[in-house]
Amino acid sequence: MADTDTRSPARSRRTRKSRPRPETLVAYYRQMLLIRRFEERAARAYTEAKIGGYCHLNLGEEPTITGLMAALDPRDYLFTNYREHGYALARGIEARRVMAELYGRSTGVSKGWGGSMHLFDTGSRLLGGYGIVGGQLPLATGAALAISYRGGDEVVMCQMGDGTTNIGAFHESLNMATLWDLPIVFVVINNGLGMGTTVDHSSAEPELYRRAAAYRMEGARVDGTDAVAVRDAAHAAVERARSEQKPFLLETTSPRLRGHSVVDPARYRTAEEKEALKAADPLARFALELEESGVLDAEAREKLDAEVKAEVDDAAAFADDSPHPDVSTLFDYTYATPVPGESRRLPADPVF
Amino acid sequence: MATVTYRQALRDTLRAEMLRDEDVFLMGEEIGVFEGSYKITEGLLKEFGPRRVRDTPIAEEGFVGAAIGAAMLGLRPVVEIMTINFSLLALDQIVNHAAKIYGMFGGQCSVPMVIRTPGGGGQQLGATHSQNVELFYSFIPGLKVLAPSTPAEASAMLKAAIRDDDPVLFLENLALYNTKGEVPDEVAPAEIGRAAVTREGADITLIAYSRMARVAAEVAEKLAADGVSAEVVDLRSLRPLDRETIVASVRRTGCAVIAEDDWLTYGIGAEIAATIQEGAFDWLDAPVRRVAMAEVPLPYSKPLELAALPSAESLVTAVRDTLAATGRR
Repeated sequence: MADTDTRSPARSRRTRKSRPRPETLVAYYRQMLLIRRFEERAARAYTEAKIGGYCHLNLGEEPTITGLMAALDPRDYLFTNYREHGYALARGIEARRVMAELYGRSTGVSKGWGGSMHLFDTGSRLLGGYGIVGGQLPLATGAALAISYRGGDEVVMCQMGDGTTNIGAFHESLNMATLWDLPIVFVVINNGLGMGTTVDHSSAEPELYRRAAAYRMEGARVDGTDAVAVRDAAHAAVERARSEQKPFLLETTSPRLRGHSVVDPARYRTAEEKEALKAADPLARFALELEESGVLDAEAREKLDAEVKAEVDDAAAFADDSPHPDVSTLFDYTYATPVPGESRRLPADPVF
Repeated sequence: MATVTYRQALRDTLRAEMLRDEDVFLMGEEIGVFEGSYKITEGLLKEFGPRRVRDTPIAEEGFVGAAIGAAMLGLRPVVEIMTINFSLLALDQIVNHAAKIYGMFGGQCSVPMVIRTPGGGGQQLGATHSQNVELFYSFIPGLKVLAPSTPAEASAMLKAAIRDDDPVLFLENLALYNTKGEVPDEVAPAEIGRAAVTREGADITLIAYSRMARVAAEVAEKLAADGVSAEVVDLRSLRPLDRETIVASVRRTGCAVIAEDDWLTYGIGAEIAATIQEGAFDWLDAPVRRVAMAEVPLPYSKPLELAALPSAESLVTAVRDTLAATGRR
């Protein structure tokens, strides 16, 4: 169960203490399974050179994502880092549109301009995956400032990795969030590794949620492999941000089941560590829990798996069949307000 | 029509835009209680309150990024960065975020914000406080960079920048704040991306922006007394760059001198010179000359600082050399 810090408000203020209903648990499992199969399919497409650039997967983070997204309202805003495919799916964006973006097609969420690291969808208020570590923090803080400026009741959730807590933008953003009473929940996904460097090796305070104290912000750590625990902790933080205009720092802990990105074989991990990771797979554990508690038997689980696999295969086929953006659109998105004299020259074109 | 300082023109325009549009608000270090390091925001906190005139911590990356995020939700923040030197602390947010968000997400979200910041040396502020690094921003597709040289232009261009849906870096200059000029009672927003021929002439084109555009105008006046007819092109917009106006002028005059407060190597003038050789090669009677700051970290010592900075005298020298090289006289 949740390894929530005992002094944390996330526990003391928890509003949903009861175990969720069976259909909710099955929905969570399906969500996690969709992320798992989507990411496995993405990894395959990457090795088939259908996906270019960098491709960071959410394998091992499925319960965290499911719990966090269950705590957000549709009206709330989400900013993430570059490891965000699962967040887009859990935010309700069609798998087809997410996969098409990975394939760089015009039907993708960012019309093929963003790729894996830069998913964006106005409708579901996913205001971007960001490729620069820490870049999304000031932006998310500013979005919360805009909400506060207008007296709105939305909340911003800003996701980041453990390594982000060492960058200046993290500290500047947390400081402003408390100073200005902003409705924002910062979420640190602590998977123990920034690429190949451990948290212990890079963070003088490795209990990352404690860094909130420097900004008189409340913080808590929760077991990221437990979707319900994550949901409850996040829900408490989000609703408190909404009602009291107070920021929060939530840390989730979960394993990163594979390398930093698809191309990283994770040679810095020992064979034993890799075996232990397999055994610690939170999705397998959740499946077992659901089976043992009589919520979801093996047959129903296999049916779900087939359904999810079909959805992911359909997404890949859709992406593959979708058109690439037309080269004639190359200059369409440099400026929102067009200007005279804007350069539209291709590399070999003369200036005059 | 009133004669006001560049500073007053900026302040009046900020105030008018805040009165016009509730979404316009100000952020920056010391802009509220202290009323601005250079007093551009004097009186505005009193009039509009802390919600719309927001003092920030000394955290350029943080507050510039926060302004970008607020702009993503449709507000129109006007950020003051105390001097352009400190904008380097916010480079990641300006270059990797403000400039990229519209394109990187396929045109789903614009960033209607303004970053106001002064450049300029000559105040004995030393190496880290006297730079002119507008080139860094002029290099970046997705940003717009404006550099007005008079109070009237400052007003018209700030108005345009605030109403524009893209991130605009609005370059001011310490030496211009106290300069005066006439500003119409009703200022129309400028068209972004247009240079202006501020003085017509037949013999030579002087091309400049910000403080050096003012110096160029003074030099043209002096030269006229000596029988030299100099045309002055004030770039006004560094990005987008109005190449047509530059080239059309040089085609008329047959030679050009560029005056810039930044460093010569790879500087703004290098791009102008390249533009001229590509667009007016057959019209040139002499090589294009550049007058720019000496390539050193600007020293504190007054004589050393003066020697390093471009001046009216250095511009006159370059004009005389260029006219001599044409062989016309």
